[in-house]
Amino acid sequence: MDRRRTLKYLAAGTALTGFLFTSCADDKKYQVAGVPKKAKNPFGYGRTPEELERDKNLSERSFFTSDEAALINVLADIIIPADEEYGAATDTDVFTFIDFMALDRPDFQIPLRGGLQWINQESRRRFNKEFVNISESQQIEIVEDIAYPFDAEPAFTQGARFFSILRDLVACGYFSSKEGIEYIGYMGNTPHVWDGVPQEVLDEHGLAYDQKTLDECVDQSKRNETMDWSGYEL
Amino acid sequence: MFQIKEQSPVYDVCIVGSGAGGGMAAKILAEAGLKIALMEAGPDFDPADPDSQTQLKWNYESPRRGASTPTRSFGDMDMAYGGWEIHGEPYTRKGDSEFDWFRSRMVGGRTNHWGRISLRFGPLDFKRKDFDGKGDNWPIGYEDIAPYYDKVDKLVGVYGTRENIPNEPDGYFLPPPKPRLHELYLKKGIKKLGIPVIPARKSVLTKRLNDSRGVCFYCQQCNRACNVYADFSSSSVLVKPAGETGNMDLYVDAMVREVLTDENGRATGVSYISRQDRQEYQIKSKVVVLAASACGTARIMLNSKSDRHPNGIGNSSGVLGHYLHDSTGASRSAILPELLDRTRYNEDGARGMHIYTPWWLNDKKDLEFTRGYHIEYGGGMYMPGYGVGFGMEHQNGRIPGKDGKMKKAGGYGLSFKEDVKRFYGAGIGFAGRGESVPQKDNYCEIDPDVVDQYGIPVLRFNYHWTKDEIMQAKHMQDTFEEIIHALGAVPNGEKPGADTNYGLEAPGRIIHEVGTTRMGTDKNTSVTNKYNQTHDVDNLFVMDGGVFVSQADKNPTWTILALAWRSSDYLIDELKKMNI
Ligand SMILES: Cc1cc2nc3c(=O)[nH]c(=O)nc-3n(C[C@H](O)[C@H](O)[C@H](O)COP(=O)(O)OP(=O)(O)OC[C@H]3O[C@@H](n4cnc5c(N)ncnc54)[C@H](O)[C@@H]3O)c2cc1C
Repeated sequence: MDRRRTLKYLAAGTALTGFLFTSCADDKKYQVAGVPKKAKNPFGYGRTPEELERDKNLSERSFFTSDEAALINVLADIIIPADEEYGAATDTDVFTFIDFMALDRPDFQIPLRGGLQWINQESRRRFNKEFVNISESQQIEIVEDIAYPFDAEPAFTQGARFFSILRDLVACGYFSSKEGIEYIGYMGNTPHVWDGVPQEVLDEHGLAYDQKTLDECVDQSKRNETMDWSGYEL
Repeated sequence: MFQIKEQSPVYDVCIVGSGAGGGMAAKILAEAGLKIALMEAGPDFDPADPDSQTQLKWNYESPRRGASTPTRSFGDMDMAYGGWEIHGEPYTRKGDSEFDWFRSRMVGGRTNHWGRISLRFGPLDFKRKDFDGKGDNWPIGYEDIAPYYDKVDKLVGVYGTRENIPNEPDGYFLPPPKPRLHELYLKKGIKKLGIPVIPARKSVLTKRLNDSRGVCFYCQQCNRACNVYADFSSSSVLVKPAGETGNMDLYVDAMVREVLTDENGRATGVSYISRQDRQEYQIKSKVVVLAASACGTARIMLNSKSDRHPNGIGNSSGVLGHYLHDSTGASRSAILPELLDRTRYNEDGARGMHIYTPWWLNDKKDLEFTRGYHIEYGGGMYMPGYGVGFGMEHQNGRIPGKDGKMKKAGGYGLSFKEDVKRFYGAGIGFAGRGESVPQKDNYCEIDPDVVDQYGIPVLRFNYHWTKDEIMQAKHMQDTFEEIIHALGAVPNGEKPGADTNYGLEAPGRIIHEVGTTRMGTDKNTSVTNKYNQTHDVDNLFVMDGGVFVSQADKNPTWTILALAWRSSDYLIDELKKMNI
């Protein structure tokens, strides 16, 4: 990916769209009746007063105990360990996200709490210790039995069900974090100019834009010129 | 003590609802110099207001990573205050009826986050009964509405291409954005099947339209409402300019309960409950325009009972609330192996699809259903948020790994971490959106037992699909399977069968509900005339999707906008002629 090209587009995008972020809703020229007072918003994105109240309340609480948190963290790093370049799940604090989700969506509470309990029972049954206190290879021995839901033995299906839920949440927590997004390689969420699939990628896939498409699609160098339909026939 | 407060001025027109229909009415009528009261049940909203902004925020700024909530059904960052359920504002269903009702409560209504797919109905779509004997024809034809589609195109802006396909009328288009990688694959595969694929038609500004709106900067987030007004939201494109005429007062958090009438049964204004102080107020006006969405309007009308209108205002026919219908919908998804481990680049485009398939079998008579559907395509490298990495056990066991070997589904550790990366952006989706046949027996009515938190009686829904819709969904699934096969893609999950009505979504789910106050020439079988004016009350108009006789295989909003403009012109004219 040509970094310079992205930067140029970024600057162009901002300039061409003109009044990005300058317009303000407060200087209304007309009367609006019935507007309530604004509440303070500690979150970085728009919330309604009702949402603010709920989210503040949830953020101040915690669902899991500290023992449960420790167990979640151990499992999280088994699910997403560090590699040479990128960190493990706990480096992105997936626990905070999972804890929040358990409060936000109470349907998670029993399967998660019960699943953690299941893991410890299995660990005590096999090794006489809680899961966080057994060796890594012992931990893996248990995980191997529950990490493949369609291949799990009947004795482990509940454990496998739990592991699938936790894997979802750990993966989501990691891959939607700042670091996870870098790892996965998402490059958007910034003003730019979409002008089609880069040529080298088209070549990789043996694809090309046909002439009709090239002719009819927007000429991005003229995007800021006001549309003129003179001579246009329906 | 509780008392009803009257607002002082008498307005020329009181408009209820600020979505697509109400916004258009407000703009046209205010610009004509009429004094307008625009009533909106939700709070004020302007996409440019940084306080409410979610556009360009990262999902990780949300503690739930953008997951949906009880107050935002399509996710924490989505710009629809409301959703399938609204706290304190219930609705009910009778018997085994299914109906889900999506409402947004805010200035602009559902147009702040809608999909922006902007399709004209074609000539056939107004006269389907002539071709299949089912339902009813519209009292107007394409030629009546075409000039207004032209005006809407130029005022609002829509990208697309002139294709000259019968029944898919072309418009005044802006040039479309180029297809993305998965869309090039789709085009190539689908064309082999003889199924057309053309550039999408969406109200997103790919080129400058005028000086009060910006140009798309491709963030892929139209559903979060655009800060520079580069897409269509009623709030920014219609309500704002209407306000700037100086002829409009906007009342927010104003929940309209009923249309007020005089002893002759004519409308004199509305009563509403302020959500701030829960007091009841009245607005006086010479004309009332209802645009609270098809079901919202039907509810207000059914609740507006008087000696002159014992069954609700405008309901002498008894069909008010009846012929409620939504588009059909069914979907499927798959993994395109060519997109595994794909090269990364910024693929954010205009939100959603850049290409689609219009209905291609209008001439075929031997299908087991009448009426068509279009196909919307999904896919691409989206901003990771809630749901990323979910369900990997349903993917990584079905396609060989990089080493060419199959592996056990699920897993953990580095190989799992790599799999999430490998499958990212490799999915493609198909969604059919079709025309249903409107039925008198599908209707909303007032629930005799339930009121909302404002004391207003709520709607109860009665709705069942017929064989036409079910068999159409079957055809959608067969088509998706055929396309998946032609692409060499790997389908996700089992093909939905008869036990699930072929994946046919419950009524309401496609959020194209219309028909509750349908237009017609016969006042015994319709609620409004062909200009959206109620047969019973000459100074009461309906300017939302309620007036649709049939919802075509196209999304409804462009037609709502065009009809509201046409009706507003008619209203201005009638006022000038002193007919109202
Ligand atoms: C996720 C999603 C995607 C969509 N995608 C598309 C698409 O791609 N193309 C398309 O054509 N359509 C699409 N639609 C449908 C489109 O949003 C609607 O057709 C359109 O918004 C309808 O306009 P309206 O004015 O009738 O109603 P709305 O936009 O719903 O506006 C009605 C307004 O009235 C207010 N109101 C209701 N009751 C009262 C009351 N009693 N008193 C005061 N105010 C009241 C509401 O708060 C609301 O603001 C989509 C909808 C959704 C939800």
